[in-house]
Amino acid sequence: MTDRLPGFSTLAVHAGAQPDPTTGARATPIYQTTSFVFNDADHAASLFGLQAFGNIYTRIGNPTNAVLEERVAALEGGTAALAVASGHAAQVVVLQQLLKPGDEIIAARKLYGGSINQFTHAFKAFGWNVAWADPDEIESFERAVTPHTKAIFIESIANPAGSITDIEAIAAVARKAGVPLIVDNTLASPYLIKPIDHGADIVVHSLTKFLGGHGNSLGGIIVDAGTFDWSKDNKYPMLSEPRPEYHGIRIQETFGNFAFAIACRVLGLRDLGPALSPFNAFMILTGIETLPLRMQKHCDNAKAVAEFLSTHPAVSAVNYAGLPGDRYNALQRKYAPKGAGAVFTFSLKGGYDAGVNLVSNLQLFSHLANVGDTRSLVIHPASTTHSQLDDAAKVKSGAAPEVVRLSIGIEDKEDLIADLDQALRA
Amino acid sequence: MNHDAYDDNYIRSILNNVKTIAMVGASPVNVRPSYFAFKYLAQRGYDMIPVNPGHVGKTLMGKAFVASLADIDRPIDMIDIFRNSSHIMPVVEEALKLSPLPKVIWMQLGARDDAAAEKAEAAGLKVVMNRCPKIEYGRLSSEISWMGVNSRTLSSKRAPIPTQGMRLSLNRTSFGGGQTAASDRAAKNKTETT
Ligand SMILES: Cc1ncc(COP(=O)(O)O)c(C=O)c1O
Repeated sequence: MTDRLPGFSTLAVHAGAQPDPTTGARATPIYQTTSFVFNDADHAASLFGLQAFGNIYTRIGNPTNAVLEERVAALEGGTAALAVASGHAAQVVVLQQLLKPGDEIIAARKLYGGSINQFTHAFKAFGWNVAWADPDEIESFERAVTPHTKAIFIESIANPAGSITDIEAIAAVARKAGVPLIVDNTLASPYLIKPIDHGADIVVHSLTKFLGGHGNSLGGIIVDAGTFDWSKDNKYPMLSEPRPEYHGIRIQETFGNFAFAIACRVLGLRDLGPALSPFNAFMILTGIETLPLRMQKHCDNAKAVAEFLSTHPAVSAVNYAGLPGDRYNALQRKYAPKGAGAVFTFSLKGGYDAGVNLVSNLQLFSHLANVGDTRSLVIHPASTTHSQLDDAAKVKSGAAPEVVRLSIGIEDKEDLIADLDQALRA
Repeated sequence: MNHDAYDDNYIRSILNNVKTIAMVGASPVNVRPSYFAFKYLAQRGYDMIPVNPGHVGKTLMGKAFVASLADIDRPIDMIDIFRNSSHIMPVVEEALKLSPLPKVIWMQLGARDDAAAEKAEAAGLKVVMNRCPKIEYGRLSSEISWMGVNSRTLSSKRAPIPTQGMRLSLNRTSFGGGQTAASDRAAKNKTETT
């Protein structure tokens, strides 16, 4: 038999899925069950002891979720994946395997606001410290490395402004420091950027956004690249040391190049508990089948809208990496040549009031706090998500009073442009 | 022979064709990787023989431990070595004295000895290093997909329901020969650090 590499769209439809052994069902069934019967006592013991492949309880694994996991692992070029309840759950499960109290993570300053909150407040309470670095200045990552550093965390395309991160340059810093690079690939999706090809060791996603793609289901996923040696220098004892809860097995020794994904499942998900509902896994899998088609349309629409806004008299600036003059345009052409994504910000000459007016005048765009929906979305951060900050703090976090964020959907671009035009004139 | 990344067809033909496997360094302790692998391969229908001089007199899944390869009473297709890299060579030398010769030398995850591999290959044996046959069998059959592992295979055929002792088909279409950019990088990281 011959082996050949299927294209991205083929993997998006097929990877991980096979007609159901029992019924022949071709679509992936929703295994809406909490638990699975054992063949006998010996089978039960071997499953609990991690000696056999198989299902026990949906907090640890579920056949519908497993299809989603293999599919995203295949699309990202990883060795294995673990689906969890949300993007935020993915982040906490990943870091639980890597950090002990007193350890540090270096994180890019340009992150989704919810991640900044999670790192600053929730993780601090766990004794995990964060050192912030500027993705536009690679040396700031090097300077932040200390003997306590356990990982580096960045977004491939950063929320909210859609800036593109130089993944390879930061991967080189991580390699030199002997720590894994974690990339949140939510805004790019593997259709635009495959961070593992650029040096990432772990990829996380909020499946809630472009992968699910329809604004109907929360989910998150962790992809193991299989590239990091966890046992070197004994820096990651969760993976290299005998685990008392599994009779002393060592996770990396037993599971090789997908040990990290297994640790996330049998130590993270099992004990912290943020399991993904199989129903959500089904919805997200269905979304992924059309990811290549949707993502290209998202990008093409976003570029047309950004071009329109950049010449509009009411607009003072547009931050979209797909525009030729943008400061991230060179990085976009290197990392995401198919398109610059669909989330970006622009500034209004009329300041705060113009932002409030625009949002209330739009008819097609929905005013809400999400991105990566089939529908076009808008938010005015200064009057919503960032309203509690003073003006100086708003500017620093990219939420200046005149800034509006868009997530462009897959409607007809002419209708999106017409809606923005009427709202800007109103 | 490139021992950094194997073509899936190479692994597939080995696992499809061997029947008798002697596992050197097999452990009766049920938390050791060798125990997991022994049990799994036995359940998938291979004729398994545990080799470990420290456990002669005991059995593993009903099979009596033997002290050395020379003590095995029947021809062996494959020798699966569960020992550190530094202990590989003597096992390979012992294997090359057997008659008939085994067909395959397999070194477990983490184990690699290029000189021993060369010696075995010069005698006409196939060699696999730094892999686990349980994981490879699970991956090529896609049974391991239950754990969210990327099997790197596709199939539109209805899968059989796996039962005790059943051999699974390993003949699904693999993509890209089973190699990925990440697997190449992992191999490179390994050689840089050792
Ligand atoms: C880049 C990014 N990462 C992570 C998250 C968090 O994901 P979730 O809402 O699924 O927990 C989001 C949500 O907006 C996001 O945009």
